Amino acid sequence: MKKDIIIAGVGGQGIVSIAAVIGYASVEAGLFLKQSEVHGMSQRGGEVYSHFRLSDKEIASDLIPQGKADLIISIEPMEALRYLPMLNSEGWVITNTTPFINIPNYPDIEKVLAEIKKYPNNITIDADKIAKNLKSPKSANIVLLGAASQFLALDYEKLENAIKLLFGRKGEDVVNANLNALKAGREFASKIN
Amino acid sequence: MKKLLLLGDEAIAQGAIDSGISGIYAYPGTPSTEIMEYVQHSKAGREGQVHCKWSANEKTAMETALGMSYAGKRALVCMKHVGLNVAADPFMCSAITGANGGLIIASADDPSMHSSQNEQDSRFYGKFAMVPILEPSDQQEAYDMMHYGYDLSEKYHVPVLLRITTRLAHSRSAVIVKEPKAQNSINTPQDSIQYVLLPSNARKRYKTLLGIQSALEKESENSGFNKYIEGKDKSLGIIVSGIAYNYLLENYDGGEIPFPFIKISHYPLPKNMFERLCDECNEIMVIEEGYPLIEESLSGLLGRGVKVRGRFDGSIPRDGELNPNIVAQALGLENKAINPISDYVVSRPPSLCNGCPHADTFMAINEAMSVYSKGRVLSDIGCYTLGALPPYQSINSCVDMGASITMAKGAADAGLLPSISVIGDSTFTHSGITGLLDAVNDKSPITVFILDNYTTAMTGGQFSPANGRIEDICKGVGVEEEHIRIIEPLKKNHSENVRIMKEEIAYQGVSVIIPRRECVVTLTQKSKEKKKAK
Repeated sequence: MKKDIIIAGVGGQGIVSIAAVIGYASVEAGLFLKQSEVHGMSQRGGEVYSHFRLSDKEIASDLIPQGKADLIISIEPMEALRYLPMLNSEGWVITNTTPFINIPNYPDIEKVLAEIKKYPNNITIDADKIAKNLKSPKSANIVLLGAASQFLALDYEKLENAIKLLFGRKGEDVVNANLNALKAGREFASKIN
Repeated sequence: MKKLLLLGDEAIAQGAIDSGISGIYAYPGTPSTEIMEYVQHSKAGREGQVHCKWSANEKTAMETALGMSYAGKRALVCMKHVGLNVAADPFMCSAITGANGGLIIASADDPSMHSSQNEQDSRFYGKFAMVPILEPSDQQEAYDMMHYGYDLSEKYHVPVLLRITTRLAHSRSAVIVKEPKAQNSINTPQDSIQYVLLPSNARKRYKTLLGIQSALEKESENSGFNKYIEGKDKSLGIIVSGIAYNYLLENYDGGEIPFPFIKISHYPLPKNMFERLCDECNEIMVIEEGYPLIEESLSGLLGRGVKVRGRFDGSIPRDGELNPNIVAQALGLENKAINPISDYVVSRPPSLCNGCPHADTFMAINEAMSVYSKGRVLSDIGCYTLGALPPYQSINSCVDMGASITMAKGAADAGLLPSISVIGDSTFTHSGITGLLDAVNDKSPITVFILDNYTTAMTGGQFSPANGRIEDICKGVGVEEEHIRIIEPLKKNHSENVRIMKEEIAYQGVSVIIPRRECVVTLTQKSKEKKKAK
């Protein structure tokens, strides 16, 4: 078993949290993992990504070779497109549809979404809207993780445990909000897939 | 067996704690910042067993660590690669004094310049100083090397350089940790003048350093961090250093590599292994993260003898970070992206946060300077460097920590009047104060903007060394009190702030304007913490 995952978005959108949840769940499952993340200048609203590799065998490189990723999880639609060259021929793209527009030349969002849908294995989800409906607008990242959860080769329960572990110190309300977000994302994806 | 999930930086920190360090000294700088932060959050740090306060800059950090080593205890000093330039004087001389308690200097390089102004390779500093260099290939090795490095440092009384790059610093993996060692007790050097680098003694000390070189080379042959791996196909021999080792393995999917190769993680370079590889193979490919240091050592000036490929002959790009694709290409392996990049992808550079005080400061500076021709704003390193980008386009330089003040003085000396400087509070205390003193002594007609947001913001909101005392420092250096103006950068104060700026820019001496408002990121963090406390 081996999964190579690109987690993408804009600095401040919660990429490191998604990676941490998958990380805790992988450790609980006794898997090897390497997770490369972006710190520093790009975190100020720039493009950021994490390469997340998990496997039942030892992993060599911290970076995924191009054309080898199994999954792109993106909190921002144009950022999903940026990493398409990383994806393998059967890989899946799971992306938010709400754009994060902090540059003057952001392309037409309809064209961006059409471009994503040209790729056969895609799940597009308005994670911001779902998170807002759950009265937890900051959990859009975890909604996306929920939508991607069926492709991770990790037990759903282990992801729930990881959320409890990661958000535990922020209190029960935050834990529950994120558990609900995970569930909502998973249900959305299972309906369309 | 205890396993922890750690960033490369954190593995270094945990390794240092478990090796029995008594202190860590650092100034924040990507990608090295998390080493200190990990120690600060650790039990040993919180309970005060390990000294772990930020230093004003890398030079003070290096010297303090040297002092702790002098007293017989183990010390760690951490910095980003360009920080080693700041610490270069004590670093180079520490090779001559030698170490007493174990001393490791961790320098984190940033190839591809993700968050830096150059991609200099710290290994050259290690070679220059003639000290051992350790270059881990993964998180486990980073942890293990701290134990080994401190023992090596104490065995030969020599400082040890640990060199990592961004990718390892900021990548997480499982690390098996050992039982922690006890700290050393106080033990001053046996030779009471070991650290007195008067020429007569420095010459002796230098001979001591030269004298241990062959022993250091033997150590790197035998430490186990350098490995010679057999291969059947002798048409090519490969040398990989540090993290490049992983990219080589990745390209053979964990399987056998057909060519003989050497993994390098410990310097001075193991000559015996190189000789063997060159005897066995017709051609050598050198794959190293950073500058072509090994490649240059091997090919020499004339490149006669064995054919060496790498960054010089274009097999690998001359600049930038390595990755599995570059290594595949160099080895002629299949390496294809299946999906092309879409035309709808545009770059998304970093930008100042919403509500950032620097944004208001830049809008005011732009208006105050609009009466003059462009190109008069010398600036510095920090979040405010983003003021070079649209929509502000306010600043004209960013070179090294503190250079804004001295460059503005130089431009004013040249006759470019007015010239102004824009620097942050933490950068000012790092390396700006001495430049301000030069300007005061020369009565230079410059205005220095010290953007005070109470924190070292770019690296994540660390302690700012002169919190609330910036104006006192300026007064102490000799700036006239009536020309030290504190303003609050807010939209509602815009016209008043522009008026004050114009006044001080017109003044024919050194003036200081301190736009003071807390960083929005640390402000939000604090209000969250307050809410939680309730």
